[in-house]
Amino acid sequence: MDSSVHTSLLERIGDVVLPGDLLFSFSPPEAGDANPKADRLICGPGLRRSGAEIRVCRAGVLKHKQPNMYWVNCQQRRYVPAKGESVIGIVTAKSGDVFKVDVGGSEQASLSYLAFEGATKRNRPNVQVGDLVFGQFTIANKDMEPELVCIDSCGRANGMGVFGGDGLLFKVSLGLVRRLLAPQSDLVSDLEKMFPCEMVVGMNGRVWVKARTVQHTLILSNLLEACENMSTAQRHTLFRRVADGGI
Amino acid sequence: MANDGGAKLSKNLLRMKFMQRGLDAEVKKQLDEEEKRIISDEHWFLDLPELKAKENHIIEERSFVPCEDLVYGRMSFKGFNPDVEKLMLLMNAPREEEDEEEEDESMNKMETDITDEEMAKRYQSLVESMRKKFAKKRDRSAVSNKEDVNCNVTDDIRPKRAFMKPQD
Repeated sequence: MDSSVHTSLLERIGDVVLPGDLLFSFSPPEAGDANPKADRLICGPGLRRSGAEIRVCRAGVLKHKQPNMYWVNCQQRRYVPAKGESVIGIVTAKSGDVFKVDVGGSEQASLSYLAFEGATKRNRPNVQVGDLVFGQFTIANKDMEPELVCIDSCGRANGMGVFGGDGLLFKVSLGLVRRLLAPQSDLVSDLEKMFPCEMVVGMNGRVWVKARTVQHTLILSNLLEACENMSTAQRHTLFRRVADGGI
Repeated sequence: MANDGGAKLSKNLLRMKFMQRGLDAEVKKQLDEEEKRIISDEHWFLDLPELKAKENHIIEERSFVPCEDLVYGRMSFKGFNPDVEKLMLLMNAPREEEDEEEEDESMNKMETDITDEEMAKRYQSLVESMRKKFAKKRDRSAVSNKEDVNCNVTDDIRPKRAFMKPQD
C-alpha cells in the first residue's frame, strides 16, 4: 500500500460522504515490504471493508487521525454496543448471579455480581432493580449479548459501579456525548465555570447530573440539551445569562 | 542433629492459606506462567506457506474511543465531589504526559520512584529478617533480646562458645 492511498484519502478529509461511496481500492503490497505496520489501515465506525475496497456505510463527515485511522462522524441517537466503551445502564432484572442491565441498545447487557470491586460469594454488592451503574463493555459483538464489568483489568473500580442518588438522568444524542468527552472540550470548560456540579457521561447517550440544588440541576440538564443545536456565540450568551442569574 | 534439620517449615503448614498470602508477586507470576505453558504445549499449529507471511492490511474498529481519544466519563467541577476529581486527574493524566517532552517523562519517572526514606526502612526490615533467617537456634534468643546494639551481640556469642569447650 503506497502513500498514494493515504493521499487520496486525505484529500477527502472533512468532506461529507454518503453510504455507498467508494473511498479507495488497493492492491496488496509486494512481498518484502520494509515496514508492514505503516501500511496497515484502520477503519473506524462508518467505514466497512468489502474485499479490497473500503466503502462508507453511514452518512457524515470523514475524519482522520494520524497515522492511519479513518472514521465517519455521524449523528444518531441509537446506541450500538462496542467493546471498551463506558456506558450508563439501568438494572432491570436480577436472575441468580447475573443482573440484566438496559444500556439502550438492541439487547440488554448482562452484568455478573463478581464484576464489582471486592465482590465474592460471601460479599455481594448491594444492587437493586432500578439502580444506575457505570460500567464498561468487555464483550460486545453482533453474535452474542453484550457483557458489562465495573472493574478494570487490575480489579479496581476507578469510579465504576453503582452510583446515583439525588441526581437527574436524561438522554442526549451520541454526537453531543462525543463532544463532551473530547479532550480540551469547549463545552466542558464552559460548564466548569458555572457552579459546582458532578456529571457522569455514558457513551450510550445518557448523562447524569447532580448539583447543590434542584434548580441548579435542572438548569444544567436544560443547558446540556440545548447546547446540541447552538453555535459557540449563542452558547456563550446563554451561559452568561445563566451566570448572571437571569434564568 | 534434630536442631539443624528442623530449620524449615513443613509442607502442610506452608500450604495453608495464610502462608500463601505472603508469597511474592514474582512467585505467583511464575506459577501462572507454568500453568499457561502446560496448556499451550497441547495445542497444534499449521504451516500454511501461502498465509504464513501475510498480515491484515485493513482492520475494522467499531468503537469511537480509540478514534477520538475520549476522556473519562465521570466529571466533577469546583470541588463538588473530591473523589471524582482525584479520578479525573488520575484517568486523564497519561495523555498529558505523552504531550510533554522526553526529559519531562524521565523526571516523572524519577518522581514516582520510592523515596530514600522508604528505601531505608525497607532495607532495615530486610536486614533484620535476613539476620533472623541465618541465626541458629542457640543464638536466636540472644539476637531477639539485644537487637538494638550489634556490638553486644557479637561479644556475647563468643564467650558462650569458649565457655562450652572446657566442660566437654
